[in-house]
Amino acid sequence: MLDLTYQTPKPKVIAGAKHDWELVIGMEVHAQVASKSKLFSGASTLFGAEPNSNVAFVDAGMPGMLPVINDFCVAQAVRTGLGLKAAINLRSAFDRKNYFYPDLPQGYQISQLYHPIVGEGEVLVEMGDGTARIVRIERIHLEQDAGKSIHDMDPALSFVDLNRTGVALMEIVSRPDIRGPEEAAAYVAKLRQIMLYLGTCDGNMQNGNLRADVNVSVCRPGAYERYQETQDFSHLGTRCEIKNMNSLRFIQAAIDYEARRQIAILEAGGTIDQETRLYDPDKGETRSMRSKEEAHDYRYFPDPDLLPLEIEQAWVDEIAANLPELPDAKKARFIGDYGLSDYDASVLTADLDAAQYFEVVVAEAGDGKMAANWVINELFGRLKKDEADITASPVSPAQLAGVIRLIKSGDISGKIAKDLFEIVYTEGGDPAQIVEARGMKQVTDTGAIEAAVDQIIAENPAHVEKAKQNPKLAGWFVGQVMKATGGKANPATVNELVTAKLGL
Amino acid sequence: MSIDRATAAKVAKLARIRVDEADLPALADDFNAILGFIEQLQELDVSDVEPMVSVTPMRLPRREDVVSDGDQQKAVLANAPDAREGFFAVPKVVE
Repeated sequence: MLDLTYQTPKPKVIAGAKHDWELVIGMEVHAQVASKSKLFSGASTLFGAEPNSNVAFVDAGMPGMLPVINDFCVAQAVRTGLGLKAAINLRSAFDRKNYFYPDLPQGYQISQLYHPIVGEGEVLVEMGDGTARIVRIERIHLEQDAGKSIHDMDPALSFVDLNRTGVALMEIVSRPDIRGPEEAAAYVAKLRQIMLYLGTCDGNMQNGNLRADVNVSVCRPGAYERYQETQDFSHLGTRCEIKNMNSLRFIQAAIDYEARRQIAILEAGGTIDQETRLYDPDKGETRSMRSKEEAHDYRYFPDPDLLPLEIEQAWVDEIAANLPELPDAKKARFIGDYGLSDYDASVLTADLDAAQYFEVVVAEAGDGKMAANWVINELFGRLKKDEADITASPVSPAQLAGVIRLIKSGDISGKIAKDLFEIVYTEGGDPAQIVEARGMKQVTDTGAIEAAVDQIIAENPAHVEKAKQNPKLAGWFVGQVMKATGGKANPATVNELVTAKLGL
Repeated sequence: MSIDRATAAKVAKLARIRVDEADLPALADDFNAILGFIEQLQELDVSDVEPMVSVTPMRLPRREDVVSDGDQQKAVLANAPDAREGFFAVPKVVE
């Protein structure tokens, strides 16, 4: 695998009224495991079902009901851990996190505080400008999701739906290695991309299947470096945690607002209270969730209903052996094998469907750079116009490869190829047959082109004189010849002939 | 460690158990007696002993990922003091 090296991005600096400030961000990303049934019950995880229809008595916290763990969810956590180059703990355990809330009927959430299933890993977060940050992962643990409360159906009541209660979540905890709002969004996007490649989470942020808690603090330039040297958190500022964000745009806006809020307090001589805050996208601000303060005493203890989770190294090895090629490796391979630019490789590997599409095109057309250009510029551009997804592309990879092969063989010019692409896109059909049937073939017969060149020169003596003074005007003749041949003349041949005949 | 009345009141509140003010001192005393036993246990050196998590030589049973439960909205809501349109209806809780 080609080793790609990146510069470390500069931390975001916010100028306060008195001096500069830097941001320090750590994140807890909650990713719903893409399983059919819940972590500890056989109820369905399907989104959008009738309220309280995907609920087993275990989820409803009925007395005497016992949790039984879903093997698939354990495997997905391991898979995700391996995808983040993390240590897998063969022995982990479940703890109860105790608090009362209407959407948590058990009165506790089953989580893994003391012995998570996945230990330390890392994620490479590219910023798209040749820089990338390595964000360290502290841990991933398995836990239950809570239910959903709806507050706007009745003025005096909240309505509770337990369908999501007990669905398996992977909580991915990062170290405070993220240094700006854009990095935070890029980090979540990268985790999402990796999990989509792995198939462990569907990444649907709108449905809340992927959401993030963001810890934000600010410090003076230089303080973060002292923290890095010593791992002593006292060099960093007091952090606030912004809860439950399910949009990359909101994450950035919330971090920016929160950092400025903290800077204003500190510069006015105040201190930051460590607290949980909520982002209000309508107002564009964060506010304190005071009710959470007392609840912070979670009184964790090992869940007596669940034995420790023991897995075998051989099982982990088997999962590791079946991991798909991950984004970083695929991107490096695209750059190394097909000679793509970093940018093109990033665009093509951003989405697994796009990457697969591209690979079929290359396999059939042979030319990596050309295939990348056509997929990114023509196909993506055209699909975007129709707001269509690559999976719904009317042009199959084989058809696009056909168009590219016709350019490479010299049968059609690049310009005609665009017309051909549009025909294939809107009408379908085999590109080679279309070219044949509609007479789109490029004329490479020098005799025919020569005749056209001669005719244009003969008809335009004034232009000939001008061109002899200024050779740049030869382009006009090329254009005229192309026009006369209906765009089918080989532009290179026309160029050569025009230059020769004008004696330039 | 010693539990005072205020701590006893806090523990009761976290557990959502209503305790009369007059009962708090006795409750605090009970806590202290229990913690006393535990302090006694802590005199033992167990640094070489694996924590015991179960008395049965059993491993955590795991199940396959199949939907085998649910679809019982009526039964789930049967004990709810108030339920409307398939939801539990509770006094308004809003952040």
